[in-house]
Amino acid sequence: MRNLLAITQKELNSFFASPIAYVVSAAFLAVAGFLFVMILFITREASLRYLFGNLVVILFFVAPAISMRLLSEEFRSGSIELLMTSPIRDWEVVWGKWFAALALFLVMVALTFFYPLVLKLLGTPDWGPIISGYIGLILMGATMLALGELTSSMTSNQIVAAILAVVVILILWLIDALAQYTTPAIGSVFNNLALSSHYSAFMKGVIDTKDVLYFLSVIVGSLFLATQILQSRRWR
Amino acid sequence: MIQAENLTKFYGNFQALSGISFEVEKGEILGFLGPNGAGKTTTMRILTGYMPPSDGRAMVAGYDTFEESLEARKHIGYMPETVPLYTDMTVAGYLDFMGKLRHVSDRRNRIAEVMERLDLTDRADTLIGRLSKGYRQRVGLAQAILHDPEVLILDEPTIGLDPRQIIEVRNLIKSLGGEHTVILSTHILPEVSQVANRVLIINKGRLVAEDTPENLTARLKGGRTIQVEIGDRGVDATKVLREVAGVTKVEKIGEGKYELTCDSDQEVSPLVAKKIVSEGWPLIELKKVSLSLEDIFLHLTTEEQTDIEEEMEVQNA
Repeated sequence: MRNLLAITQKELNSFFASPIAYVVSAAFLAVAGFLFVMILFITREASLRYLFGNLVVILFFVAPAISMRLLSEEFRSGSIELLMTSPIRDWEVVWGKWFAALALFLVMVALTFFYPLVLKLLGTPDWGPIISGYIGLILMGATMLALGELTSSMTSNQIVAAILAVVVILILWLIDALAQYTTPAIGSVFNNLALSSHYSAFMKGVIDTKDVLYFLSVIVGSLFLATQILQSRRWR
Repeated sequence: MIQAENLTKFYGNFQALSGISFEVEKGEILGFLGPNGAGKTTTMRILTGYMPPSDGRAMVAGYDTFEESLEARKHIGYMPETVPLYTDMTVAGYLDFMGKLRHVSDRRNRIAEVMERLDLTDRADTLIGRLSKGYRQRVGLAQAILHDPEVLILDEPTIGLDPRQIIEVRNLIKSLGGEHTVILSTHILPEVSQVANRVLIINKGRLVAEDTPENLTARLKGGRTIQVEIGDRGVDATKVLREVAGVTKVEKIGEGKYELTCDSDQEVSPLVAKKIVSEGWPLIELKKVSLSLEDIFLHLTTEEQTDIEEEMEVQNA
């Protein structure tokens, strides 16, 4: 645990030492703010339902931008050699880095908390769907960051890692569209695999254990695979 | 402290190491010598637990570097070639991070101590990315000794340093011997003879020679060499010097200058001096000549050269 926290802390410092954290957060907040205002004016509704639906699309790009450097940069600079010869387990490296990415993402999300406060000033929002929506957004972001770290473990090139992450996320998002072209059995597999089909309930104010478990298992699975890939580098 | 048994490593079809075995005693400074691609870095990476060997095994501080990698790693300080550092961290921040990973107790004081020792104190808050090559090398060394490890593995520790820094780093390494067990690799030969107690010469993944720097020199030359200069230029001392016990060959190499080849197991110099003085010749100079390791290196690892060329190299020493 101490090792893991050391990695997380170091990684967070790196985020804020480089322009990445600021640029990505600024971009996220600018787009999110614009969407919030637009949606508010159009719908005149004291809810964040539509905003959450749209924020996910920004995450397609924001999450890979945060996660792309996690492991790729270590491979490129060679600093992975010192990390892997320190008395620290490979999974501690992978999870420590993911926690750092998650922490940065949580800060970005926390900065949007004034949107519901604005709604409170203007009307009477229903807090249930807002809270569940935030939980869904955070789970979705955490999952995308894990997928992004997985692709980052595959290459020493950050750009390649980012593009791969966007592709993987898009495929997982859209895969339920294939459902209607296959047999119902396979179709339900596609449906259950898709990121999108586990997200909609959160926006309606429903926190389904199945959905939460889905996101958690994709996170654990991705980070497990990333650890395996990291370990496999020793054999090359 | 370190045992390597039959270390073998394949990268795909390429065999980087073919059955290297050696041992290092506690407190010893072992020099790894070999041209680029000889397998020095591969050996070190196996010892540090970065990669497993394809065959054979390595033990460091009593732990298998692969089976009990985590335990072994706790006892190792490693400085890879062209030290990869986090350029966006400060020197102090970086050492603090490495200290945490190695569970260094009383981290703050220890870091201050190590920075002091490596003359890094005034750069504590400088970003590593802004440091010169020499300073980065020292940061690499600092992180390696930070947790006071029993075993230090240094891959080309003086590469890219200026002469003054090279001397400092060599002195530092020498001062680490005794307490720590050190393995350093280098292709700079004087470095090995200055720093190491023992030398392993590796070429194409095989162990070519293993000895003390002095013995290796002696072994190659087939004995020790002494040069004498006597003030009486008129006489030919060849015959007289040949009579001294232990001298196997005498060669006149200049006006009053002779080169004597001696058995390596006896101390011949005092006998030679006595002989010269008893003959009544003024003794101007008497010195041991040891062949520089550079020539051994060429001799042992350069296959392209013909025997004659090698002989020339030896003669020119």
